[in-house]
Amino acid sequence: MLKKIFALALITVLHGQMIHAQSLKSYTQTINGTNLAFDMQAIPAGSFKMGTKNGKPDEQPVHDVKLDAFWIGKYEVTWDIFEPFLYRDYEKQASTSPISAEVDAVTRPTKPYLDMTFGMGKEHQPAVAMTQYNAIQFCKWLYVRTGVFYRLPTEAEWEYACKAGTNTAYSFGNDVANLKDYAWYKENSANKTHQVGQKKPNAWGLFDMHGNVSEWTYDQYIADFYSQGKDKTLENPVAIPDKLYPNVVRGGSYDETPNNLTSTVRLASDPAWKQLDPQIPKSNWWFPEAPFVGMRLVRPAKTPSKTEIDAYYNKQPIKDF
Amino acid sequence: MKKEPNTQERRDFLKTSALLAGGALLSSIPLAGAYASGSDTIKIALIGCGDRGTGAAFQALSTKFNLKLVAMADAFQDRLDSSYQSLSSKFAAKMDVPKERQFVGFDAYLKAIPLADVVLLVTPPGFRPIHFEEAVKQGKHVFMEKPVAVDAPGIRKVLAAAEEAKKKKLNVVVGLQRRYQSNYREAMKRIQDGAIGDIVSGQVYWNSGGVWVRPRTANQTEMEYQMRNWYYFNWLCGDHIVEQHVHNIDIANWITGQHPASVQGTGSRAWRTGKDYGEIYDNHANEFTYPNGVVVYSQCRHFEGTSNRVDESFQGTKGKVYLSGGNQAILWDANGKEIYNHNTKGNANPYQTEHDELFEAISKGEYKFTNADYGATTTFSGIMGRYATYSGQTIKWDEALAANNSLLPERFAWDANPPLMPDANGLYPVPMPGKTKVL
Repeated sequence: MLKKIFALALITVLHGQMIHAQSLKSYTQTINGTNLAFDMQAIPAGSFKMGTKNGKPDEQPVHDVKLDAFWIGKYEVTWDIFEPFLYRDYEKQASTSPISAEVDAVTRPTKPYLDMTFGMGKEHQPAVAMTQYNAIQFCKWLYVRTGVFYRLPTEAEWEYACKAGTNTAYSFGNDVANLKDYAWYKENSANKTHQVGQKKPNAWGLFDMHGNVSEWTYDQYIADFYSQGKDKTLENPVAIPDKLYPNVVRGGSYDETPNNLTSTVRLASDPAWKQLDPQIPKSNWWFPEAPFVGMRLVRPAKTPSKTEIDAYYNKQPIKDF
Repeated sequence: MKKEPNTQERRDFLKTSALLAGGALLSSIPLAGAYASGSDTIKIALIGCGDRGTGAAFQALSTKFNLKLVAMADAFQDRLDSSYQSLSSKFAAKMDVPKERQFVGFDAYLKAIPLADVVLLVTPPGFRPIHFEEAVKQGKHVFMEKPVAVDAPGIRKVLAAAEEAKKKKLNVVVGLQRRYQSNYREAMKRIQDGAIGDIVSGQVYWNSGGVWVRPRTANQTEMEYQMRNWYYFNWLCGDHIVEQHVHNIDIANWITGQHPASVQGTGSRAWRTGKDYGEIYDNHANEFTYPNGVVVYSQCRHFEGTSNRVDESFQGTKGKVYLSGGNQAILWDANGKEIYNHNTKGNANPYQTEHDELFEAISKGEYKFTNADYGATTTFSGIMGRYATYSGQTIKWDEALAANNSLLPERFAWDANPPLMPDANGLYPVPMPGKTKVL
């Protein structure tokens, strides 16, 4: 049985590659065996100028980056699809067919001691407060469910997708007065997250890139990382994380002021996000003091090898004392 | 609500009780056996080496004072070992716990307490009264986790030991960390200054998705199974209304400056019905009535896939307040105008603050903390809530506190039977309102 599912998963992966060989199209991914689905927007391969000369030192220098094509979530990941991963019993409720042994074997988050919605609501609202490890394990669960490799965006992919061909402070221009049309942030959020997709999308059809929740990237936060691109074009750059802190989140949240919502602002994760976790070792899964952090999915056009996929998903969590 | 005879008097009481919590009132009383210069080492013992106990020891050892961990005790060898390992990886220089001072078993606490100046009591709550009584008897300062008991006899033991601790001028801090959290402290200051007038009602919640389950493994005795899976057995945990919701109920007691006179409510097992979940309920809804007529509504549940909230709201004669453990505190006046909004970011870690303040007092030879009193009355408020939902009766404070309804087993041993045993299908008897007797 296990073998059969695995073979099926591989076939789906190969099928995915064939789609890419023709042309990248936006699509809706159903989560196999459930009635749940989410939308992925096609982002063409291309080059862009990463960073900004008007920003903080860690957003400089502006440098050329070349990226392969990928898909990125049209919306931030919502509790609607995150909770079946979080709760086995809830997954059973959401399932239309028996849950396979392989799905069942995916490591789930420990149940959060606190209420991780922080009373902000759940339906169509972004899932929040997960650690980067948790976000990646959610991707693994999706992979096992769908046979499609999903992962976190790299910083470069995130910024490229956010800018959508622009070079202004925000994807819609430089005028802060327009921010309210595109983003939930400190001035209009009433201190909480909002249902995804309520504001205007950017030119590439992506919603809530600015505000609502800050979004995980895969990159370790390295303040002077952009200096590597000084006199050359970086191809698919990524700072692969090897420490627990800090990693980069992007886009700003409902809790931020406009200057922290630009396309280029980089926020570093902080151990203080876990200080309300009273246990040692601290949870690998939750940031009880970061209700402003969420995630968005990426699928690369070129599917990596099975070995690479396993390596991505199966990195052991770094113990947090 | 009854008209209050003298609101000013009550507000003064509120102030005094808050000062006791914060510690300013008793600070001038000198303490015998002080660590006057800060040069002497303060010896601590950890009783209960689970993840929370290890966390408490981390916080103690992270204070700036001259501390040494000299003894560790746990019922289980493996929990002690992993705790020792975690602590050693971070605090090698502050660890002085050779094998002969690592104690395992039900009586491990008896061997560890005498070796220290300060003890951290962090086992499941069912053991707390016994451990606290022993620590006070031996003249030790105490940090103990909430809740501090699971039944009326346990609460009486804690209250008696609290009196004894006062006579001996022993500092006692209880891990109701909201009392040490800046948003709550800032809000309480303003409320005590009359920002929203006198409190007339409130709503407190702990609605979440529940906590861990540790499945039964081969060769476990029933005692070992229940000890490992302690959350689901009342003699160890007190039910989630006591174990978790105690935080929110404590805010109701703190803000009203009282403890409830009576409780009535309803609860059941709706979601968590299988044999992995012992005997406890997964939802309780209670109405706490205070001596001055204030009514606080309380709700706690462990349901997956539902909307959640963990927070507190209160209404006063001149405004209202919203509070949550995520560092929120918002006060509005009677017209709905915001008068205070606490910054949610950059706050001190309240778990650390508890230890910073406790060990500062001890190192200076000051007597500042008598948290055991409110730790006990708040815990008992939660226990009364459980008595109300299990029995379906209205529970009165005085009557309930006098009850001889101990939940503890007769004998603590791995081969002894716990007070509650499973039936042939592995299911435990579950309380039934209208039939179950609690007093």
